[in-house]
Amino acid sequence: MKEIQFDAIVAAVRQMCIRGCTLADPRLLELLAAARRGEDNELADTILGQIEENARIAAGGGDESQRRPLCQDTGLAVFFVETGSDVRIVGGELTDAINRGVAQGYRDGYLRKSVVGDPVRRANTGDNTPAIVHLRLVSGDGLRIRYAAKGGGSENMSRIAMLKPADGIEGVKDFVVNAVAEAGGNPCPPLVVGVGIGGDFEQCAILAKESLFRPLGDPSGDEFYAGVESELLGRINSLGIGPMGLGGSTTALAVHVLTAACHIASLPVAVNLNCHSSRHEEVRL
Amino acid sequence: MSDPVRIDLPLNRATARSLRAGQVVELFGEMYTARDAAHRRLIELIDSGGELPVDLTDITIYYVGPSPAPRGAPIGSAGPTSSYRMDPYSPLLIARGQTGMIGKGPRGEGVLAAMREYGAVYFAAVGGAAALIARTIKSYEVVAYDDLGAEALARITVEGFPCVVAQDSVGGDLYKRPK
Repeated sequence: MKEIQFDAIVAAVRQMCIRGCTLADPRLLELLAAARRGEDNELADTILGQIEENARIAAGGGDESQRRPLCQDTGLAVFFVETGSDVRIVGGELTDAINRGVAQGYRDGYLRKSVVGDPVRRANTGDNTPAIVHLRLVSGDGLRIRYAAKGGGSENMSRIAMLKPADGIEGVKDFVVNAVAEAGGNPCPPLVVGVGIGGDFEQCAILAKESLFRPLGDPSGDEFYAGVESELLGRINSLGIGPMGLGGSTTALAVHVLTAACHIASLPVAVNLNCHSSRHEEVRL
Repeated sequence: MSDPVRIDLPLNRATARSLRAGQVVELFGEMYTARDAAHRRLIELIDSGGELPVDLTDITIYYVGPSPAPRGAPIGSAGPTSSYRMDPYSPLLIARGQTGMIGKGPRGEGVLAAMREYGAVYFAAVGGAAALIARTIKSYEVVAYDDLGAEALARITVEGFPCVVAQDSVGGDLYKRPK
């Protein structure tokens, strides 16, 4: 049995929130630069240039005290956590440790508190908790914590559908492309498009969210779905939406598909969009 | 890309009418910040005949809920939020004097009609370019609805605020895509 201290989890989560919201993913910057080279719309090029410059400013020029959030919407804090069956948390509960780390990170990193405690009465909780925590028990003695800051603008453009099995992969592709087309400029393109296929109603949505955690630009390990991702990326970038919806060929930087087994009568598909501030961090304790 | 056009605020009706979709601009001067909650309160005040905390004549409103200001800075990161959430409120504010709006994403037909009728313009800023935009904001002062926190109604001064005319008063619209 391995013991992990409550406070060590709090400290790790605090640090992940601050880093994730201020430092742009190097892979994202590579994809942006590549997209910019292929972009022949002048305004789109100007916007992509502002996004690159924003990442440099947010990083504080190497001075940690000068770091700033990439985006003022530092999001809901979403976690995917895998805890080994040989791990014992000492000093408190895992979910409490994550929430305490979020509260500290959002306070100390000058991150915006964007959570209301009740969806209708809408009083802000003041510390960006509670986080959304997806917890899985796995074998071994490791604790893996993955964090995403999920902004409201892109999350609000999510879509889910229970297609008929007869709709097949073409039905799935059309649904994804239409979801991106309807979202237009609202989710802050260029996007990372997360797609869940299969499972049931709620698992499908979780797959779409989890797919966004894959290292940016890595294709699906399944050759068939890697081909689907590549075709979807091409179709999405020919929609003409462009950066911020103001025209151009850079609407998405990547499409990630995750799948799961499903019922013989079902073909669920979910689309979860990420803005160009694709903020993800991971630690293993 | 040609150099940005300099626009001094406040923006009068004639200038608002003269701007065209596609123009890249930089804004200088005073504007206000507000999101859905502050808009709703302004509209409720107008409906009930109350006194507004700001004179709406020729004002520009930036749809933003900034992150907290670090020590020594007037404001934290400050990129635009989605504008469609303000669509129910903007036509009445335009009728009462507002000439400029800044946010991200397209506006609905009701807003576009009010822009055409009264002379107002919608600028798009780059969502997520929040640290870059914050550098152009030189002061931030809450004028009403302090209880809304980041969503308070505030007066800000900007120098070189970067944005583009996305939808204008004569039907120009960068969000219309070729089919």
